[in-house]
Amino acid sequence: MIELENVSHSYGGGELLSGISLRLAPGSFYFLTGPSGAGKTTFLKLCYAELLPSAGHVRLFNADLRGMDRDTVARTRRRIGVVHQDCQFLDHLPLRENLSLPLLAAGRDAQAEAANLQELLNWVGLRAQAEALPPQLSGGERQRAALARAVIMDPDVILADEPTGNVDWEMSLRILQLLVELNRMGKTILIATHDLNLIRAAKAQVAARVLRIKDRHLHLAGADL
Amino acid sequence: MRALTRIVAVLAAEPEASRVVPPTGFTARLTIFSSAAMAFLAVFAMALSLASGRLADRWGDALARTATVRISAPEGQMEAQADAVLAVLRTTPGVATARLIPDDEQRALLEPWFGPGLPVETLPLPRLVELTETPDGMDAEALRLRLAGEAPGAVLDDHTRWRRPLVRAAGRLRMLGWLSIGLIGATMAAMITLSANAALAANARVIKVLRLVGARDVFIARAFVRRFTRRALEGAAIGTLAGMVAVALLPRADTAGGFLTGLGFQGADWLWPLVLPPLAAGVAFWATRWAALRVLRGIT
Ligand SMILES: Nc1ncnc2c1ncn2[C@@H]1O[C@H](COP(=O)(O)OP(=O)(O)OP(=O)(O)O)[C@@H](O)[C@H]1O
Ligand SMILES: [Mg+2]
Repeated sequence: MIELENVSHSYGGGELLSGISLRLAPGSFYFLTGPSGAGKTTFLKLCYAELLPSAGHVRLFNADLRGMDRDTVARTRRRIGVVHQDCQFLDHLPLRENLSLPLLAAGRDAQAEAANLQELLNWVGLRAQAEALPPQLSGGERQRAALARAVIMDPDVILADEPTGNVDWEMSLRILQLLVELNRMGKTILIATHDLNLIRAAKAQVAARVLRIKDRHLHLAGADL
Repeated sequence: MRALTRIVAVLAAEPEASRVVPPTGFTARLTIFSSAAMAFLAVFAMALSLASGRLADRWGDALARTATVRISAPEGQMEAQADAVLAVLRTTPGVATARLIPDDEQRALLEPWFGPGLPVETLPLPRLVELTETPDGMDAEALRLRLAGEAPGAVLDDHTRWRRPLVRAAGRLRMLGWLSIGLIGATMAAMITLSANAALAANARVIKVLRLVGARDVFIARAFVRRFTRRALEGAAIGTLAGMVAVALLPRADTAGGFLTGLGFQGADWLWPLVLPPLAAGVAFWATRWAALRVLRGIT
């Protein structure tokens, strides 16, 4: 579904990522780690077509990103659930409408999916906040809302960028729990985080693979994690 | 027609999708106001065009119709001079046709003034030669000189000639009227493009989020297009209505006659201003769509 072949990226200056190859195995659970500024967010952006690689190939669902027209990029994004590091909500719309944005954008009838949406709100424990505006939510609530929006289109793969940033340990575990549940439903999960404790907690429940960005390259981390 | 159905489809689309762009009361009111003002001006430009068009047509017709040559000669010379005049006219550049008006026709012409049963034969009436000009017209002075030489009793009467510059002016005025409508439309397109660009810039974040959740460009553009089209339509409807009322309330100048006769709309002309609101909506639709798609191309 997501495949990188010898991908490099630079924001104009020196290379941030270099010669990265990876093919996400369906149904697997990945962690992506590395120091702040290593390029984790950049890596994820390459995976959902917000960035084009400076070199190499990114293939999403067997289609090369290069040469993909804008409408195809839009349709491809609907098949990839993304929890953005900064959540990316529309602050003037209540949570309920923010969560159904992907449905609206895909031309689906949000009314018909109301039951689905309600179930999703229950699942992330935000039923009471459905009518709240995003700025009124706590960090943990926002993170869970972002996760709910990422899965509303029932994507096969979910990319989560620091989904437990800015929340306490208890909330981190709760969010991790949701992601583990999704993985058990057969979804491929990739979490970018620098929280090693989170990785350890996950390894107790699922067979997670840990990728690490170090010196511009992607490594498979050893069993020490 | 296809374009029209597209615009209607966009306007009729569910309002939920347009909620994704936060409302902006101030620019909305500005757009409605400018659109209303433009439509108001366009109604007047239209009235001017139609009125000067009518004037040009009416006077133009009169011009194209005829000039006459009047022959007053002693009884015996009448036929000879009439023949001479016809011969001159046949060889005059710019004269399309020339014919001697027969007695019975002449009687019919005079009847309104003298009543029926006029003994034309017994009156020393001049004979009339009616001529029509080619579109290029003729050189009246040259013709006068030739007539003076060949038929001393003939007088060229081109009474409609003085109107020629006025007809040209009226024609020009009509053109300027339509040009003004064109310029008003272009100004409106520019104004809508500017405010659409401002709206797009102000909502850069919204656009980015929509792209990230998988919205296609047309979906995002539609949210903006719908707004501006609706505002332009609303404003133009108000402005058109106001303009039509103002034209209807113009004092009647018919009795005074003169140039201003019938400035305004007559009969079916009143339907013309009704094209302004849909036209404004069309202009707004394409201007916003163009601006939106151009901005969107710069965003991944
Ligand atoms: N749009 C951009 N233009 C230029 N440089 C950028 C841009 N985005 C990120 N960078 C730079 O690229 C580097 C990697 O950024 P990135 O966000 O990928 O790191 P990260 O691993 O996600 O960090 P963190 O753990 O803090 O989130 C940083 O040095 C950042 O300043
Ligand atoms: Mg990051």
